[in-house]
Amino acid sequence: MNFPKELKYTKTHEWIRFEDDNTAYIGITDYAQDQLGDLVFANLPEEGDELTAGEAFADVESVKAVSDVLSPVSGTVSEVNEELADEPQKMNEAPYDAWFVKAAEITETEDLMTAEEYEAFIAEGR
Amino acid sequence: MKLVFERSRAGRGTQYLPENDVPRRLPKAQLREKKLHLASLPETEVDRHYTELAKQTHGVNDGFYPLGSCTMKYNPQINEEMAALPGFTKIHPLQDADTVEGCREVCDTLEKYLCEITGMDAVSLQPAAGAHGEFTGLLLIKAYHRERGDVKRTKIIVPDSAHGTNPASAAMAGFDVVSIASDDQGCVDLESLKAAVGEDTAGLMLTNPNTVGLFDPNILEITRIVHEAGGLCYYDGANLNAVMGIARPGDMGFDVIHVNLHKTFSTPHGGGGPGSGPSGCKAFLAKYLPGKGAEGSIGDVRSFGGNFLVAVKALAYILSIGREGIPAAAENAVLNANYMKEKLKDIYPLAYDRTCMHEFVICLEELKHQTDVSALDIAKAMLDHGIHPPTMYFPLIVHEALMVEPTETETKETLDEAVRIFRDIYDEAVKNPEAMHEKPLHTPVRRPDEVLAARSPVIRYAFED
Amino acid sequence: MGNYIPNTPAEQQEMLKECGYSGFDDLYRDIPESVLLKEPLDIPAANSELSVRRIIEDMAEKNVVYRHIFRGAGAYNHYIPAIVNTIADKEEFRTAYTPYQAEISQGVLQTIFEYQTDICELTGMDASNASVYDGAVAAAEACEMCRDRKRSTILVSGTVDPKTVSVVKTYSFGRDVKVILVPEKDGVTDLAALKELLTPDVSCLLIQHPNYYGNLEPMEEAVEAVHASGAKLIESVNPVSMAVLKTPGEYGADIAVGEGQPLGMPLSFGGPYLGFMATGHKMMRKLPGRIVGQTVDCDGNRTFVLTLQAREQHIRREKASSNICSNEALCALRAAAYLAAMGPDGFYETAVQCSSKAHYLQEKLAEAGLPPVWPDQEFFHEFVTACPDPAKVLGALASEGILGGLPLPGGRILWCATEMNTKEEMDRAAAIVKEVTGA
Repeated sequence: MNFPKELKYTKTHEWIRFEDDNTAYIGITDYAQDQLGDLVFANLPEEGDELTAGEAFADVESVKAVSDVLSPVSGTVSEVNEELADEPQKMNEAPYDAWFVKAAEITETEDLMTAEEYEAFIAEGR
Repeated sequence: MKLVFERSRAGRGTQYLPENDVPRRLPKAQLREKKLHLASLPETEVDRHYTELAKQTHGVNDGFYPLGSCTMKYNPQINEEMAALPGFTKIHPLQDADTVEGCREVCDTLEKYLCEITGMDAVSLQPAAGAHGEFTGLLLIKAYHRERGDVKRTKIIVPDSAHGTNPASAAMAGFDVVSIASDDQGCVDLESLKAAVGEDTAGLMLTNPNTVGLFDPNILEITRIVHEAGGLCYYDGANLNAVMGIARPGDMGFDVIHVNLHKTFSTPHGGGGPGSGPSGCKAFLAKYLPGKGAEGSIGDVRSFGGNFLVAVKALAYILSIGREGIPAAAENAVLNANYMKEKLKDIYPLAYDRTCMHEFVICLEELKHQTDVSALDIAKAMLDHGIHPPTMYFPLIVHEALMVEPTETETKETLDEAVRIFRDIYDEAVKNPEAMHEKPLHTPVRRPDEVLAARSPVIRYAFED
Repeated sequence: MGNYIPNTPAEQQEMLKECGYSGFDDLYRDIPESVLLKEPLDIPAANSELSVRRIIEDMAEKNVVYRHIFRGAGAYNHYIPAIVNTIADKEEFRTAYTPYQAEISQGVLQTIFEYQTDICELTGMDASNASVYDGAVAAAEACEMCRDRKRSTILVSGTVDPKTVSVVKTYSFGRDVKVILVPEKDGVTDLAALKELLTPDVSCLLIQHPNYYGNLEPMEEAVEAVHASGAKLIESVNPVSMAVLKTPGEYGADIAVGEGQPLGMPLSFGGPYLGFMATGHKMMRKLPGRIVGQTVDCDGNRTFVLTLQAREQHIRREKASSNICSNEALCALRAAAYLAAMGPDGFYETAVQCSSKAHYLQEKLAEAGLPPVWPDQEFFHEFVTACPDPAKVLGALASEGILGGLPLPGGRILWCATEMNTKEEMDRAAAIVKEVTGA
């Protein structure tokens, strides 16, 4: 399983890649996609929607389940990855390219883990 | 198999109407420009098309159908003949009251019987399905609290074992859903319930027997706790077949109910519907019922009086089996389930090993762990034996669940044969687990790619022109 | 007596014993003693099949069956080819449950896929679900599809069938959503009033075309006004009219709904009927209820399955867009079989005859003293006439075995004609009316 060093991670299995202090891309981790199985759709927010740290901003569907995706930050959605609608398999195949939203005007951030910490966290969970 | 559109040839067809005997007139504007594609087939081809499709459909008469929580009992033929009487099918729903006295009598009689069977004081036949009845019943609860000015009651308590329709109906009725855990017997955890009720409780929704096939022995305590907190109790009648004529939801403390005519009262399910989900209630809620035009009613939940022909079938059933037959059906449904359970439980682990009601739940977590054979694999293997598999992966609180509901209309031989097949499949799963992932082998299609279907939805035929 | 329990009492006792139970009472030990019924139910004893037949046939005989029907208003008298009944009576279709196991349900799954295609073709839309309970519920569910955090108020045209309005209001009581009726003018939606009401909190307009009075609505203007305000438009249509009238897809409606009863379902005192719903690609995943999709099986064969299920209540629970589980699958099958039997030519001819006969009836009734209320409005197969004393006119028709139109408030009658009505029958009805009015 792959956990790029340049990303930060949440305990609820989202990754975040900061562009600068105020903007970041958010997606779900390799571990998350592996656990969820074949993903078939992502319900995404709209541009301009507010993000609240620790609260659901999207959900992902497999054939027989649906799971919330939580935001690691508070801020605003400045861009939505519309590609996921056409190619939901990207969430499985390339989870770190398959960003969900770009967050801007970030005011608050959850406690995040480094790649090493996240890997250890998952290992513990098993 | 070809689609009806792929069988079509332009110009073919059967003429069913006489020539137009008045001058041709269409509206002068707003006419369709887009071509309308419909299949062009002579009647022989239409008939064969559907005959072939019917052969690829498993109905109750094609074999054992122990689909848990769906009560797939035999659908008596007399019901169908009665519902097809021209004196019913040719009646316009907006005819004057004095010309539909027979329809009224059907409805009144059925309502009266359903009240008696459930211990309620009033019934509306308007809801068209079980979930529709749930929604209706919850609106009664809402209207009741509203009228009393008790507007802070915004929460409906639902056990985590409930059918998905329960929380979905509560949300549609504008309530917040509070999910409470079940105890280790699959029943309502009284402490969780006590902690959950309060001044914001609008009501509780409960299926009893519950979704794991057990009658909750604390039922009187449960309804008392909810009532003392000021809430009302909703009975989901999905499992009424186990207790009809034995005990009544009205006597258990429930205020509002629905029943499923297409489960308990033998009307067929039609490959998904039409069903009928009459709502019943105690007298103090009766004025809120839909479709009766009473002052204070919540209004209509659909057009007209309901799925009337389904009501005719249910009435024919109740008249046929009568006051002795109703408890006898329940008893034999429970007996058949316990009989199968006892014959299987040495190898198929039970989620709850005690006397069940009309259905029981197998938990295959251990098998899955040891052999990687899942509940799905076991279910798929049954397809090769002409058995419709049990309900899979429900209720959600049991992992790798298979829920078996034989119903009372199956013979002992059918149950014995099913037991033999269940056991053979288990043996094979242990001996040759790999092969199980390939099952079924002899059905027209095998293991469809559901991921592809959902990722790139194709939900209609695309015509070339 | 027909109790449908196959095992003999002796076999039952044997089975009980094998399971370690002394009797049936033993099976019910979990039920508190105070709850167990002590007396038999107060319903009649079991009846033989012959007796059941007599009882129910007696009830059916108490109804008046009209051979000549000029009443529509949401339930329509159309010809149903015999083959449609044959197909819907096939026991495999009739007695199957929802097709959860695709391998042994390809038949019913394919019929739904074909039905979905038919509904898309009729309405000019991209995506249809597998049906809901009836046309009024389809309209109410469509309103819910349009709601979002910013927009919730529902506009309903005053020319929509009052039964549909009632159901939309009931569903809105559930969601605590406001419903506003748009006034009517000259028998159609008042466009000026509509524009006034299209505030930023409005999620959608529900409009019926042809409307409750049978009149054609100014659809283009309505769609334009609604979209300009950022709301969505739901068009309720009569499926038979779709053979000749411009489709919701052509108007740019967001959702098309309607009552599918005219497509092969008998009148049946109001049910079972068929609610159809269709929309464009964009809102496909907001559709409630079952949807069948095409895929392949593990051998590469074309296969049909229930799909997009993560929208539904059994997965999404309280977050589902609707609670619907059972639908009207067998009625959808009837509709598909009806359309396959009639074919494009027969279906078009049905619509032409409906329209032709309604126009003929309107003229005849006008001559007989019942003038149209809105003589300038275009209509399909229903229209409204004035009538100072509807009870007298309708009573005279009824005594001749004719079900006349539906009386409306204000001395008016809503009439309907279909392919079922012959010229001779309409002439006779007009003559009876003329006798009453003295025109």
